[in-house]
Amino acid sequence: MPEAAGWRERFESYGLLWGLLLVVAILSIAPLARLLLEGVAPHGSLSTDAIARVLSSTATWTATRHSLATALGGTIVALAVGGVVALVVSLTDIRARNAFVFCFVLPMMIAPQVIALAWLELFGPASPLLKALGVAQTLGGRNPLYSPQGIVLVLGVQYAPLVFLTLRAGLRTLPSAMIEAGLAAGAGALTVLRTIVLPLMTPPLVAGVALTFVSCLGNFGIPALLGIPGNYLVLPTLIYQRMAGLGPSALAEVSVLSMLIGVIAVVGILLQELMLSRRDFRVSTTSTAARPFELERWRVPVEIALWAWTTLVLFLPLAALVLGSLVPAVGVPLAAKTATLANYQFVMFGHDAARRALFNSFSMSATAAIAIVTVAVPLAYFVVWQRTRLLKFVNFAIEVPYALPGVVLAIAAILLFLKPLPVVGVSLYNTVWIILFCYLGRFLVLGLRPVIGGYYQIDRTLEEASQIAGARLGRRLVTIIVPLIAPAATAGALLIFLTAFNELTVSALLWSSGAETLGVIFFSFQQGGDSTYAAALGTLTVVVTTGLMLSTLLMAGRLPAGVLPWRD
Amino acid sequence: MARLTIDRVTKSFGAFRALDDVSLEVADGEFMAILGASGCGKTTLLRQIAGFDKLDAGRILIGDSVVSALGRHVPPERRRIGIVFQSYALWPHMCVAENVAYGLTVAGVKDPERAQRVEAALALVELAGFADRRPAMLSGGQRQRVALARCLVAEPSLVLLDEPLANLDVNLRASMEDEFARFHARTGTTMIYVTHDQAEAMALADRIAVMDHGMLRQVATPSQLYREPADDVVAAFIGEGMVLPVDVRSVDGDGTCDVDLFGHTVKMRCSSQQRPGARMRACVRARDLTIVAASSPGVDARIDHAIYQGGHFRLEAHPVAAPDLHLHLTVPEPSALRPGAEIRLDVADGWIIPRT
Repeated sequence: MPEAAGWRERFESYGLLWGLLLVVAILSIAPLARLLLEGVAPHGSLSTDAIARVLSSTATWTATRHSLATALGGTIVALAVGGVVALVVSLTDIRARNAFVFCFVLPMMIAPQVIALAWLELFGPASPLLKALGVAQTLGGRNPLYSPQGIVLVLGVQYAPLVFLTLRAGLRTLPSAMIEAGLAAGAGALTVLRTIVLPLMTPPLVAGVALTFVSCLGNFGIPALLGIPGNYLVLPTLIYQRMAGLGPSALAEVSVLSMLIGVIAVVGILLQELMLSRRDFRVSTTSTAARPFELERWRVPVEIALWAWTTLVLFLPLAALVLGSLVPAVGVPLAAKTATLANYQFVMFGHDAARRALFNSFSMSATAAIAIVTVAVPLAYFVVWQRTRLLKFVNFAIEVPYALPGVVLAIAAILLFLKPLPVVGVSLYNTVWIILFCYLGRFLVLGLRPVIGGYYQIDRTLEEASQIAGARLGRRLVTIIVPLIAPAATAGALLIFLTAFNELTVSALLWSSGAETLGVIFFSFQQGGDSTYAAALGTLTVVVTTGLMLSTLLMAGRLPAGVLPWRD
Repeated sequence: MARLTIDRVTKSFGAFRALDDVSLEVADGEFMAILGASGCGKTTLLRQIAGFDKLDAGRILIGDSVVSALGRHVPPERRRIGIVFQSYALWPHMCVAENVAYGLTVAGVKDPERAQRVEAALALVELAGFADRRPAMLSGGQRQRVALARCLVAEPSLVLLDEPLANLDVNLRASMEDEFARFHARTGTTMIYVTHDQAEAMALADRIAVMDHGMLRQVATPSQLYREPADDVVAAFIGEGMVLPVDVRSVDGDGTCDVDLFGHTVKMRCSSQQRPGARMRACVRARDLTIVAASSPGVDARIDHAIYQGGHFRLEAHPVAAPDLHLHLTVPEPSALRPGAEIRLDVADGWIIPRT
């Protein structure tokens, strides 16, 4: 006799959903709620006194001004470069598109602080490039990148791929008929671009700009390497200096600072929403994506320009980084005779903290990747196939910790875990666990997005067929859904691993002796003047990152389009 | 307005021949339908005429000027054509009037002339009050008419229509068909209408070009296409013709002939060049088949299926003499005929497919 919805089915479904929601609440909502509480209820370590002190300090407003200036500047550079490149790659018939996209997106996947060091090496007094050109500076001369302009330039290069990716995704969905109708009406290619393509691409462009602005605002590695030496502080580096100098006693002050930076980020996101809500950009046709315009005699010059750009902003700085890692000591000229691998030996085997950091970063990145995917697969099941209003909110809750600058989450985590946990009495503060906690909350969305994309590609009837065959939810997940979603989940896991592996913003505030990450060790080498060790460590992370990115191309054919940002 | 000449055009995508030596003449003011199943190359041909793709061999002329040939390619924006896409391709960021005015704006036409022409074009498609609407606020049929107005406002020499009714529901289709026909009568524009729907093509076109596997099979008036298909493919495709083996015994001077169909003598139509001969093929229509008494002369067949279609049955059968062939005919309700029953068929008419 058939029973109506047995308790077991209901328990399975609701139990799983509420369990997942609890995980999301702890990872995403709890820290930010704790930070907000600090703002509205000044009974904890915060008082109106601290707010007044921070807001009346000139350092606060100087750093805010610097943050706005570099973030806006970096966004403008990224918009110009990423926008033009996306249009050229999507709408013209350039060759070797895949190779170019890989190289163009690569800087985004490499740690910002490593990119910054590579640029420092390129323009530094020992620069092989500048020496070859005969314009190398004398030792002790000021590196031109230690300036706001340097920060803006490197931020722009690092985040141009963000604009590129959002615009490229938009252009993929632009039906070719939209362009062809313009051509048939007598408009030339440039007129079509100006009057049809760009207006229709406003949503991805605005979204890309907002994303880039928030990313520039929250970036720590680049202003840390390029700004701190010249005492040009932005909000994240100001927070870092306060925490590094005073420890938890500065917590009241940095909470206010991190809320300030959070407010700026939220204003940026809200401006985006406001701009997009005013007009109708919906494209309601079904024809295929745009066909490329033929460049004809301009093709070769355009291709040369693209690869020249790639050489300038990727190959040359990375080459300078590698060369810098082969020098026995800072200042020693590099020659076949002096080149050495001793720096690599030292950072891999000779330095305790570096060895620990290698282990910590590897294991935390891997743990975060696996744990997030394990949560994301069933969570996405509910988000995609059983949409409820509650889940819309969950989607939002997951986006926020990633959208807000990393320092905000780090400070929130410190507030949450400074005191030992209630009941169990264990303290996570000053352990690797607080860093891992932040990784889980911050990168959850990186795993969820590809998995959601994967679900949209699966025909729901596959699951329904197994339901008809009598399989309950748990069994369906394991036997039907997991095998189908595995490629997308793997891609998400890799994305998380790479991001966590190259991360510095969060761990710079949360690390402690024994709980170092690669980013932290890299940064401390660089701060301590051991840039050869930093260069060796940076080169290692670049090799691991690029190698993993390349290895994903092997399974690229089985992935939903757009899951791997570096694959076109 | 202008005539269109397609002269031995060939286009390949990799190893796939999308267009194979296609030649077609469209007269000034003619309504020409290009008919074929999906993948037959009809849209590829349309894109060649519009200039969105380059051809591999052959020439395309609009009026007297060559617009496509090897080494010469006039870009689409300079061909003075109008096109209505299957998806309509209305720009969502512009209102109806802006969509329609686009071609004029690009050509540098200023107000008040531009506004007048836009108004006239919208009046022509009976959308006078809709100038300020957004495309998203229009129904399917209204969008269709905006697309038509947009393509006509610049008075193109040639209008291309790419399955313009495919996205509309059945009721709307019929009324839009009328609209196209009236529209063509009023403006006298040369129109090329791509479709996979033969009823649509027959209802609208002066002539129909049937395409299959990248090749042009036949270009003829709708009636000629139905009555006198040029080859087996057209015979089977248009009106579900049955292609049957016949021996032509004798040809009369008046375009008819006596043929032997499964040992039964029938009078059929044929071309004036037709010669007597064995192993020819004839196209027979369902309406030419009637069931007669077993004592009358006729072709014996056995029923495979009897499908009720509302008011009548569609009988599917095979000739007893050739079990591999298929016959079909309709009989009115009520009917006691069931699968397995044997029937005798009188064949009233047929067309001898010219050997090519």
